[in-house]
Amino acid sequence: MTRLRRIIQRTMPAAALLASAAVLAHGPHAAEPDPIERGLEQFRAMLKADPWANPAFLDAERGEALWKERRGPRKASLERCDLGKGPGIVDGAFAELPRYFADAGRVMDAETRILWCMQELQGIDPASLTERPHPASQEPVKDLGAIATWVASRSAGQAFRAAFDHPREKATLALGAALFERRMGPFDFSCLSCHGAKDKRIRRQELAHLADPAEARRVVGEWPAYRVSATHVMTLQHRLYDCFWQMRLPPLKLGSEVSVALTAYLVKQAQGGMVAAPGLKR
Amino acid sequence: MRGTLVLTLVGLGFAAAATFVLAEQNTMVNERQILRTLRMAFPSISPEWRTRLTPDATMATCAQWHNHPPQDVAGALKRREAARIVFPGNGEFMGDWRRGEKIAQSGYGLRFTDTDTKRPRGGNCYACHELSPDEVSFGTLGVSLKGFGRTHKFDTGYARVVYEKIFNSQAVVACSTMPRFGTNGILTVEQIKDLVAYLMDPASPVNKVPEPTRKGTTGGGQRLPAPHPGR
Repeated sequence: MTRLRRIIQRTMPAAALLASAAVLAHGPHAAEPDPIERGLEQFRAMLKADPWANPAFLDAERGEALWKERRGPRKASLERCDLGKGPGIVDGAFAELPRYFADAGRVMDAETRILWCMQELQGIDPASLTERPHPASQEPVKDLGAIATWVASRSAGQAFRAAFDHPREKATLALGAALFERRMGPFDFSCLSCHGAKDKRIRRQELAHLADPAEARRVVGEWPAYRVSATHVMTLQHRLYDCFWQMRLPPLKLGSEVSVALTAYLVKQAQGGMVAAPGLKR
Repeated sequence: MRGTLVLTLVGLGFAAAATFVLAEQNTMVNERQILRTLRMAFPSISPEWRTRLTPDATMATCAQWHNHPPQDVAGALKRREAARIVFPGNGEFMGDWRRGEKIAQSGYGLRFTDTDTKRPRGGNCYACHELSPDEVSFGTLGVSLKGFGRTHKFDTGYARVVYEKIFNSQAVVACSTMPRFGTNGILTVEQIKDLVAYLMDPASPVNKVPEPTRKGTTGGGQRLPAPHPGR
């Protein structure tokens, strides 16, 4: 891990500089973005060249420490948290989520399940975790997201294999599919408006064709991911929250059925693809 | 009593119409269930925000047909939406292209962080369309509109068609991906006129004759109504 720290210390100032340059250049009449684009692309390539250089591993490490630490009013760790494979079993659990949990009486993805464990085992008020659930730009990912990053990383290299055979899992999946193409809000947008065709861009940003399983298999496994332009890790719940914001819809509640259903739909689309978390994004 | 029965039957009929079967999962999802989950996902929102969760008749139709309605349904939809277009009082469809450019660049407005009500809303045209050859940061979800006015020979009569398309895209292409900027209250009549000018005014950068060194800049500006890329 010392090597990782060294690499990150070396690359972080460059990342911050590039990110602020990108923000400055983002106004109307942006000049030819090539120098910045090139710089960012070079930085991403450098990070990708060494798989341990992804700053998200620092958050995963923090997540692991948080998992083991006695916290909350009950001074308990999360080591008895059941992610679906039995209490305390983390390895491979993320690849099998979302799933139905009988103890909670509902289908949950990794983040929703961790939230539930923090409430049940540690006695932490869930409202304190869902009030401002995601980091602002330049802030590190919140504790819950750091734990999710670690949990996801412990399934890296494994294929998504959520079963979706429980009736409630099937219902969640059907809800997710319906929500994915439901057009709402003043802009009449659905997820399909941006993610329903191949090789499309919003501004210069390439969009994932998530309705296509081949592309879903390629990209869904990368979440949670370190986003270079925001200099923090973004979880899938955060990513969905951002989509809803851009769709002119209200703030999506972390752990809500809607967020779990859309996650289930994406994971189903990506079935057979690999978990590659933590990923690295623009 | 009879009235209640009729209402209940109408309600049931609506619920049945709004119910669709996802063949693969063989699971029913109905509108009432979706709305219930949506309300739980967005607790404590104002009534104005709550209305955003319910699709209007047009969006419900588009969902029902997966954005590809049959011709008769599409025709009825377009006629209904055309009736919702508000025209400028003086019959003038072109405003100021300079203001139009600002509107085309800006994506401000209607997000839950957009709290400055004095700041004008944008149309965010560049998110999806190529317009001026000077702006390289453009999206490709919509067709290229580069040289649009030139392509249409600066025909001022055509400005009305462009105005209608921006005011209510559904009046032109049923289930178009493009927002209904006027009808949905995103942009004002004046702002839409400014956008028409941005597309149609000979002085607008959209219609700048590209430098010969530039590659692939001669085209653009498809004639409306053109088939929209849709989903």
